[in-house]
Parts: sequence; structure tokens; C-alpha cells
Amino acid sequence: MTTRYTEDHEYIRVEGTTGTVGITNYAQDQLGDIVFVELPTPGKKLKKGDEAAVVESVKAASEIYAPVSGTITEVNLALQAEPGLINTAPDAGGWIYKIALDDTSELDSLLDDAAYAKHTA
Amino acid sequence: MSMNTQGRPTGTGTASAAATGSSLLPNEPLLFEIGDTEHSGVDLPDVAVSGDFLGGFERKSPLSLAGLTEPEAMRHYVRLSRLNYSIDSGMYPLGSCTMKHNPRLNEKMARLPGFADIHPLQPVSTVKGALELMSELAHWLMTLTNTAAVCLTPKAGAHGEMAGMMAIRAAHQATRQNHRNVVLVPESAHGTNPATAAFLGYTVKAIPARTDGTVDVEAVKAALGSDIAAIMLTNPNTCGLFEPDIIDIAKAVHDAGAYFYCDGANFNAIMGVVRPGDLGIDAMHINLHKTFSTPHGGGGPGAGPVVLSEALAPFAPVPFVRDGELVEHPEGTHLGRVTAFNGQMGMYVRALTYMLSHGGDGLAQAAKDAVLNANYVKARLGDVFSVPFAEAGFCMHEALFDDSFLEGSGVTTLDFAKALIDEGYHPMTMYFPLVVHGAMLIEPTESESRQTLDHFCETMLDLAADAKAGNAERFTAAPTRAPRRRLDETRAARQPKLKWEAPQPLPQAAE
Amino acid sequence: MRYLPHSAAERAEMLAVIGAKSAEELFGAVPRHALLTRPVDLPAHSPEFLVEARMRAMAARNRAGADGPFFVGAGAYRHHVPATVDHLIQRSEWLTAYTPYQPEVSQGTLQMLFEFQTQVAHLTGMDVANASMYDGSTATAEAVLMARRLTRKDRIILSGGLHPHYRDVVHTYLDNSPNLVSLPASPEGQGDILDRIDDDTAAIVIQTPDFFGHLRDVKRAADAIHAKGGLLIVVVTEVVSLGLLEAPGALGADIVVCEGQSIGNALNFGGPYVGLMATRKEFIRQMPGRLCGETVDADGNRGFVLTLSTREQHIRREKATSNICTNSGLCALAFSIHMSLLGEAGLTRLARLNHSRAAALAKALRAVPGVELLNKTFFNEMTIRLPIPAAPVIEILAEADVLAGVPVSRLIPDDPAVDNLIVLAATELTTDADIDMLATCLNAAIGGAA
Repeated sequence: MTTRYTEDHEYIRVEGTTGTVGITNYAQDQLGDIVFVELPTPGKKLKKGDEAAVVESVKAASEIYAPVSGTITEVNLALQAEPGLINTAPDAGGWIYKIALDDTSELDSLLDDAAYAKHTA
Repeated sequence: MSMNTQGRPTGTGTASAAATGSSLLPNEPLLFEIGDTEHSGVDLPDVAVSGDFLGGFERKSPLSLAGLTEPEAMRHYVRLSRLNYSIDSGMYPLGSCTMKHNPRLNEKMARLPGFADIHPLQPVSTVKGALELMSELAHWLMTLTNTAAVCLTPKAGAHGEMAGMMAIRAAHQATRQNHRNVVLVPESAHGTNPATAAFLGYTVKAIPARTDGTVDVEAVKAALGSDIAAIMLTNPNTCGLFEPDIIDIAKAVHDAGAYFYCDGANFNAIMGVVRPGDLGIDAMHINLHKTFSTPHGGGGPGAGPVVLSEALAPFAPVPFVRDGELVEHPEGTHLGRVTAFNGQMGMYVRALTYMLSHGGDGLAQAAKDAVLNANYVKARLGDVFSVPFAEAGFCMHEALFDDSFLEGSGVTTLDFAKALIDEGYHPMTMYFPLVVHGAMLIEPTESESRQTLDHFCETMLDLAADAKAGNAERFTAAPTRAPRRRLDETRAARQPKLKWEAPQPLPQAAE
Repeated sequence: MRYLPHSAAERAEMLAVIGAKSAEELFGAVPRHALLTRPVDLPAHSPEFLVEARMRAMAARNRAGADGPFFVGAGAYRHHVPATVDHLIQRSEWLTAYTPYQPEVSQGTLQMLFEFQTQVAHLTGMDVANASMYDGSTATAEAVLMARRLTRKDRIILSGGLHPHYRDVVHTYLDNSPNLVSLPASPEGQGDILDRIDDDTAAIVIQTPDFFGHLRDVKRAADAIHAKGGLLIVVVTEVVSLGLLEAPGALGADIVVCEGQSIGNALNFGGPYVGLMATRKEFIRQMPGRLCGETVDADGNRGFVLTLSTREQHIRREKATSNICTNSGLCALAFSIHMSLLGEAGLTRLARLNHSRAAALAKALRAVPGVELLNKTFFNEMTIRLPIPAAPVIEILAEADVLAGVPVSRLIPDDPAVDNLIVLAATELTTDADIDMLATCLNAAIGGAA
């Protein structure tokens, strides 16, 4: 299992060829209380960098981009009733969607733990 | 809905211990908690109705509308009103909103039966005075802007933007320039600008601001091309600065076959002093509820007439008044209606009353005083508050500060603004424009006396000193002296409760 | 100038504080040749009594509704507004308040909007309503765009009973999209829309009572469009009708838009008015306009805020649901006050009274030789066919000081089939004497032709 990050503060946790995508703890802290999440439709194909979801705080709406190309396999329906999960557990219960990767080599262009830590320092 | 049958509550039914009964306490029950479906404040005969013409469509579901008798209604709405800040009770330093004095003569004139009690579709022969008024207002607006035409009907600024941008789109369509599908919008623009462009199907391309807060003519030139339909620019801009290169920008835009839409939200700074038509604009909406003093009414109604250049005049939406006649079905390329009737007549009356009161000379003086007041605030606060784009020199009608003076104090722009409430002021505009970090935008308008401005500035300086002295509590806890403390907006958005629901009966305790 | 507080001396002192030599220096960024060197060519400032005289002279050239028999409707209606309403909306705290973006000092406006939203939701029979739109026509156009977003389909069908101006506004908003189908005017109330629905239809728009006064079958329309996966938009231009007629929400409407002018607001030659918009709970996030919601403050006290703002232009910019910003706050207040004065009992009585006055009008019109009443159903408005073109007759009656309604040709100028039609409305203000006068004058005007 590896976790990679984008400079736009999405994370992707990969097991095999499936990745779980959410926003980082840093991002949720910057955004403040999340009040709504617009989830993608399972089956939707995305290219790396496409808009995949939207998270809204009281004062801002932020697009969540696909860190890699692939197909959405599952979305976190729990966020519909409890968007605050993104605040309380961004990398656990607050995940947003799962994606079947087209090409795992795309992960190489993303940031690893150390690089992301440096990016947000 | 089951109406309240448990008698009339005297509190809000929340954790508040405050009992009402005194009109001076900041609580008022909801209409639905006071009234019921039987009471009414309007005496009407109860006539019987046959179903002969109703086709079986009579209402069967309950209306569930609470009624109040007249004294109850009077008290409810007077008490509620006391929970509002208003321009009549104090200064609104709200940048980009132009909260100026609303003369009551305007209100009196708008209520003359000859204006208020006429129907948009009664015979035109019976509304000659209304058409005269619209012609006169159009004349003032075109003269002040030096433009060829004006479409009066848009209902508010954003609606005027829409009408103006539609005229631009129609002009391109008429010359087979449909491939022009991009609109340039500077980052500092009002949110309505990109929203309007996108609403009409345009792609929005952002233009970065120069370090001095103004638009770079070279950046505009670089972005121009055969796909650009228009540029939307606010002038004076949202940083409170007059765009110094505006004439060159207009020329570059026209040379590239595009049109220049000017957001006229800040026209108050230059009315009677600079005519936008002389700068090369093609369309500009004018917010009558900002520049021409029609009351803001807690969020409208506004009015957003849009002036048009010679090139765009043939595309003005209907209806309009030409040579004293109402034109509803013109020949040619005119756009259809953007609203059902003749626009905001009630606002036209108020705005023209205001214009006639000021005269051309008074409007220019008002603009100069608005600019004077903003610069006075900037000068008095400038040593303590941080001023972005200081190199730009004098500002126009609004003074912009950023939050760097609060660095390390633990006080945010929001906290600072909320603390102003405890000093008896409405907060300034915050976090706008977006190009400045923690922006505070202050527009005092020409209505404020020097004494008021001095008091406001002293309050601001006192607050700044306190923030720097580490007294963060005064800010983070603020407001404490308003009808409400800070509201939980997260809760409102996570569990939207958008209408009153009858309280559910308490569940029976389990055995 | 009475509105400007500074004396010349104060201006000079302030310039000194600023460090400018003259007011002109403050305009230094303006290109020199764009700065006006002499005053604009407009009259000079004027004392209050002279301005008032000028305005009164213009107002005097208009024939006010109260000056004689009045039957003009067609989307704006002359009703009595209680004196309390106008007194209250002129209170400083309502009239001169800004948009309630600072909720701590705007609870009056916010609570009122919450009450307004509740009233509109109940009136229309829908789950939620927004805090108002500009007017009924623009609300209709916004509803059409909303339906497109919700269904991700494009095709829109407008009923032939929809107000022609509303149709025109929708066409303007949609840039005459080829996917916008506008059915021909249906003055006899003929149903035509249901056959036109297909799988690509995002929404159908019907009006009831329709432009010609007929009551339309909302439930049938709802069933037909829902069977094809589209939405039903119901337009109501005479909101008083909802006191007597079934709520569109109870009949299956998905979005209801109304012109709210009839309650609390004067005719004003067409504006300002107040658009009402209500919908189902699950569609809220695609609804345009401001929404007010209940919450609590830091002390736990109930309070109200503008909420779900991320739909709106000031946050979402080019991704907003609409570009609407300023709406009709004060007109919504007038609506809300008038509606709370009426209450359920009062609105019901008002609606019945309107219908009964219209029934009296219908009876009188049918008795005029040559006049054909086209309505089998109506609320307070109806269409008649004359044996001769209607527009000149309206002018003749206007000369006799009877405003006899709207000739349909004024709104639909290119359709000979409507040339002889007049749309007339009666309200609680219509007296028997008004009706007698109308019938007499109409009889005289068409007497030779009948």
C-alpha cells in the first residue's frame, strides 16, 4: 500500500490497481468545516487532472481533481449525511471515492510523504 | 402543518433565557409561533363560491398560513426591524456597495398614484407621464455616460450585466463571429462578472492584476485573439483604483474585434466627472440602488439599466422608449425581453428624483466628496493599517487595506470586522477583492460628515491598537453587543432548515 | 446641496489631511483628456419643492388605476394593499438595510426571509422556497435553466397558455435555443403540450390560471412529464388564486414559480415586483437565489443566516447556479407582511371574493351582444372575443375612462387569430358599477358590429 499526494492536496492510497482518494489533513484544516460533498458517479472515467468531486465549506467550493486517470469504482456515500467526516478523519472515514487506475506509472509523478510534507511546510 | 394550539409563546423556544414582552429585548417569536390560521388583519366579506368555473381544481390541501391581526402584525414587524442595522441608523463602510443616504422625497414621489398605481399593459395613451419619466431618466444616464442608448429594464446590476453581454453576443452573431466564445475577466472582478459570462455560455479567462492593483494593457493584449468576445472590466476597479490604461485597453479590445463591457458598480466615484463613453466602453450597467440612492431594502429590489455604445444600440432588448413612444415590437436586430414588463419603474422614479435634486453639478460634487471621503479614511488609517498598492497613490471612492497589520495578533480580518459591530458600526467589506489577502474594503460614500468619518477612524485605530496589544478576546468573541453573537453557519449548511416546521410532539417516555 | 454634509472649509481641511492640493488631484489617475473640464450638460441642483412639482406634473399625465373602472390584468393585478404594509416597509430599519450578509446585525431581515420562505412553501405546496427572485418572468427562465441542470436534458416545451412576455423572456435567456419549443397561443385553453413530450424533454412549463384565464390540469401534466423522466414547472402569475385553487405542489409540480406582486405590492408600471420560486427538497442545490436558514449563535440562541451560498455567484463565480445577486428583498417583505395580515382565513376570503367578482364580470360580458366568453374555467381573469379587432375598442373605452383589459394583439402582434381578443381581470376592487360601466361602453363600442 502506498500513498501519494498532489500539489493540490488530494491524496491517493493505492492497493494493487485501486486507489482511494480524499483530501489531506492539511487541506481540510485550510478549508474549515466541510458542509457538502458533490460525489462523482461510479463508472465515470476520468483523466488525470479532471474534476472529480467538489467539497464545500461554508464560504468556499473546492474542486477535487483526479490524481490519476481511471474509472470511479465506489464513492463514499456516508459523506452525504456526514460531510464532517472529511474534517474529523480525512484519511479514514472521510475518503471521497475509489478509482481503478488505468496506469500505475502515473503515480510516479505524484508527491510521496516526504515531498508532500515539504510542500506544506 | 399543525398550528400552535398551546397558547402564544413568549420566548423563542431555545436555550435563551430572555423573555420577551419587553420590546427592547432582541428576541421575537416567529410569525408561525404567534399567529394561527383563524386570525386575520384584513376584513373581507366571506362570500360563497360555486364550483361552476373551477373545473374541480379547488384547493383540498391546507394552506397553513399564520395570520395576525393588525396590532399584532405591527408589533411583530416593528420588533423584527429593530434587529437590523440600517443606513439611517449608522454608517455602512461597505466597499463596492455604495450605501449612501436614501432621500425620503424619492419614496414620496414613487408613491404618487400616477406612478405607483399604473399598469404596465394599460393603454399607452394613458401613461404618457410614465414614458416621459423613462425618457428623462434615459437622457440623464446617456448624458452622464456619453453613450448612444440605454436599456432601462434590467432588474438589478447582474441582470444589467446579462443584458449588456447578451447585446454583445448578439452583435457578434450578427457579424458571424460566433466563434468568439471567451470572455476576459480580471481576477479582481465582482463574482457576478464571471457568473454572467458563464451564464451566457462563454468560457472565462482570468487576467492577472499588476502589482499596483490595476489591469496591465500588455496582459490584455497578450490574451486577445480571434476567440475573444469581450472583456469585462470594473472601473474604477474593485481595489478602489481608476484603471489608468483604460483607454488603451479599450482600443486594444476594439482592434481585436471584441467589445468592452464595463461593470458600472463603482460609477459613484466618477459620475459627472468622467464619462465612461469617453473611455471607449461599449456597455455598462448602472446600479440605481448604489449610485442613485434607491434604497437597498435588505437585499433589493435593485435596478440595473445598461447603457450601450453606437455599435450595440441596435441590439438593445425590448421594450424601450423612443421619441416619447413605448417600443414593444421594433423592426431590426433588437433582443427580446429580459423581463416581462417595463423594468423597475418604482426605482426609475426614485433615481430621477435624486438626479433632479442634485443636478449635474450636485452629482459631480457627490462623486468628488465620495472620493474625498475615501482618501480621508485612507490617510487617517494609512499609518497603522496596511495599504496594498500604496504606489498607486490616491484611491477613488473606496479605500483598500489588507490584513498584514494583524500579523501575529491572533486576530483575523473577520474578527476585526465583527469587533466593529460592538462599536456600533456595520462591518466593512471583507475578503474582497480576492486579489488581496484578508482584504478590508471601505467605501464611506459622500453621505458621511467629517465628524462621522473622524469617529469611525478613531474607532478603527483604537481597535487596531488593541489587536496589536494582544487583546485578541475583544475580537474573537465579538460581537457581544449585537442582537446575536456569531451564528453557526456550519450547522445551517449541514442540516439546512429553510422553513418553519411545527414542533413534533414529544415522544412518550419508554416504559 | 442638502444631501452633502461637507462645507467648503471642511473639504479644504480634509484635502490638507490627505495631502492633496485640490479635489482634482485625487482624480490624477484619470487620463487628462477624459476628465471633464466643464459640467455635464444637465440642469443644476434643485430644491425639494421644485423637484416635487416636476415629478407631480409627470405623474399627472398618467391615468391611475383608482381613477375609474379598471380591468387590466395579464400578469399584474390591482389589489388593495393594507396601509400597515406600506407604513412598515418604509421603516428605516427595513428600507435602508443592506443585504443580510452580517447576520448578527441583520436578524430582522433574516427572520423575515425565513418566514417568507415558509409562507411561499406552504402556498405552493412545495418543500422549500428561496428568498425571492426579480419577478415571475425571470424566475420562469431561471426555473427552466434549473430543470436543465437537474435532468441533464435540453429540451424545454412552453405551453401555449404561458404569458407571452414570459415566453419571450425564456427565449431571450436561452438565446432562442433550437431545443426550446414554444407552442402557439391557446386562447381557448386547448391542451396541446402533453403530446409533445419525449424522452429528451427536460421540462414542460405550464401556467395556471393561464394567460387567457383558463385553469389547467396540473396533475395530468405532472403524470405525463414524469412518465418521460422530465420535470414539471408550474407558473402562477396571479398568486391570490392559490387561496382557492389546489397547490401545484400537491398535484406533482417539481418547480413552482409565481409573480408575487398581487400580495403587498403596487402595480408600479411593471416593477419592482417579487418572483417566488419553490421546489422539492432534493433539488435545493440547483436552485438559484438566496436562501435563509435557521441555526444558533454562540450563546445557543436561535438565529438565522444566509446559507448554501456556495451555489451563488459571489462564491462560485463562473460555476454559480445563476448570476443573480440583488433580488427583491423589500418586495418580499411587503408580500410577507400582507400575507401574514391575511393569514389562511384572509387569503381564502380574498380568493373567493376575487373569483366571485370575476363571475359577476363573466355574467355581464356574456350579456353583451357580440361578445363571446372563451372560458369554461377561470379564477379572476378571462378572455373574450369581439366581432371586431380589440385594440381600437380598448382605446375607445380608455377615452371613456374605462380601462377594459389587454388586447391580446398587443402581446402577440403577428397572429390574426388573436386580433379580436381581450384579456380582462376582476379583483376585490372591482365594483358592480365598474362592471355596468364596462358592459355599457363595450356594447356601445361594438354595437354596430354585433
